[in-house]
Order: sequence, then C-alpha cells, then structure tokens
Amino acid sequence: MSKSFFISKEDAFHICDKSQYKESTLWEKVKLMFRCIYCRNTRFYVSRNTKLTEAIKTSRLDCLKEHERQMLEAQLKKHLKNEV
Amino acid sequence: MSEHPINPNKWIELYSDYLFNYTITRVNDREIAKDLIQDTFFAGLKSMKNFKGEASERTWLISILKRKIIDYYRKINSTKGQAEVRMTYSNSEDHEGDWLEERVEDEGYLNAQETLENTELGDAIYDCMDKLTEKQARVFKMKTILNYETETICNELKITPSNLWVIIHRARTAMAECMEKNWL
Repeated sequence: MSKSFFISKEDAFHICDKSQYKESTLWEKVKLMFRCIYCRNTRFYVSRNTKLTEAIKTSRLDCLKEHERQMLEAQLKKHLKNEV
Repeated sequence: MSEHPINPNKWIELYSDYLFNYTITRVNDREIAKDLIQDTFFAGLKSMKNFKGEASERTWLISILKRKIIDYYRKINSTKGQAEVRMTYSNSEDHEGDWLEERVEDEGYLNAQETLENTELGDAIYDCMDKLTEKQARVFKMKTILNYETETICNELKITPSNLWVIIHRARTAMAECMEKNWL
C-alpha cells in the first residue's frame, strides 16, 4: 500500500472493503476520505459498500459454522447411503 | 424430463445456509434449527420420488421445512405447562422498584413488522448470495456472517490474504449490484 497521501482507485476500494470489517488503519481511512473528496467513483463505491454492510447488519443473518456444516453433511451422506 | 433436477449430494453446499437462516429466524434456537434442517433433508430423501421438478429444489425443501417448523411448534404447544408464564417478584423492600425496571421493553426487542422486514431482507441477501460463485459465497459467508478472522479463513481455505481480499471485493461488488436491483 502506498505511503503517499494520494492513493489509486483500487487501493481506495481495498481500504473501503477492509473498513467494512474494521480492519483498516486510521491513516488508511484518512487517505480514503481524501480520495472521496475528488473521486466520484470512490464515493459511489464507499456509499454502496456501506449500504450493503448496513443491510447485512439489519437482517441479522446467520449461517452454519464449518464444523456444523461438516457434521450435517456426514449425517446426510450416511442417510443417503442407507436409502440407496 | 423435469425442469428442475434433484441432487441430494449438493443440498448441503447449496441450501444448508439458506435453510438454517430461514429456520433460526423462526425458532430462535441453534440446536433446534440444525435438527429441523436435518429432518428436512431426511424427509426430502424419503419423498424424492414425489418431486415433480415443477418448483426449484430450494422451494421444495423450504415447503418441507415449513411443515417441520409447524410440527415443532405444535409439539411444544401441546406439552403441558409449556405455555405457562411464570413471574415471581420479591416482596422484600430491598428490591422495591425493581419490578418496574424488569417490565421495561428490551432494547433488542423487535416488533412484528421489523421482524418480517428483516426476514425478507435476509431472504433477499441469500438470493443474491446464490448468484455468487461457490468460492466467493463461502469466503463472503465466513468473513461477513460468521465474522471469522482473515487468518482463520486463509488457513482453512489455503489462500493468501490478498486472494481473500480480491474474492471479498468481487463478492461485495456483485452483492451490492444484486441488492440494488432486488431490494433497494
């Protein structure tokens, strides 16, 4: 990642993605905000990405953990064998 | 030939998360949700011959799952004393006023309308996730829904952090586009 205050669009998108998971540094956020001032594409990406994060948060989505999925898969396979 | 072929070997990969999210929002218990999904898959295997292929496999599994959820609620409601509400409040003067606090609405409480909207939103998100590639969906779920650390996902899937972020970027872009079309 560039140490300069100016960052590329790709770097800005990457920082924005990391920010959604609270994995970006303060300096990265500052650089992203600065880019947002003069780049419409970055502003659009940040806005859409943030909306997606909000939607996921609001929906309180849940899914199976890896070990739960594996257990379910093993049971289904066992049952499938018996059925055949 | 049926319009939608059936393939139980793909059920876990394709539908387990969708069915789990559908169930957990309705029964609010992880263990029970897992049991109901397992019962649904077993029932699906039993009645595979009856699947005409008019609806998609997922719709068919959901219809079985709905019956399982209804059966579950029938069962717990028919158990004697389960529906009884017990409230005990201390008569001690030390606890005077506590009952008021205990009756204050929980901050996390959602009304029926909000719950319905969130369920629909969850379904819309899952519909969009279905359009991602298998790897994108897996990484996106692990990172976004299960909140796994980057390192854990990289170790689990044997990918580098930069690979992970590329996958996440593509998944988020596709998800945002899909959500704009289908939800917003």
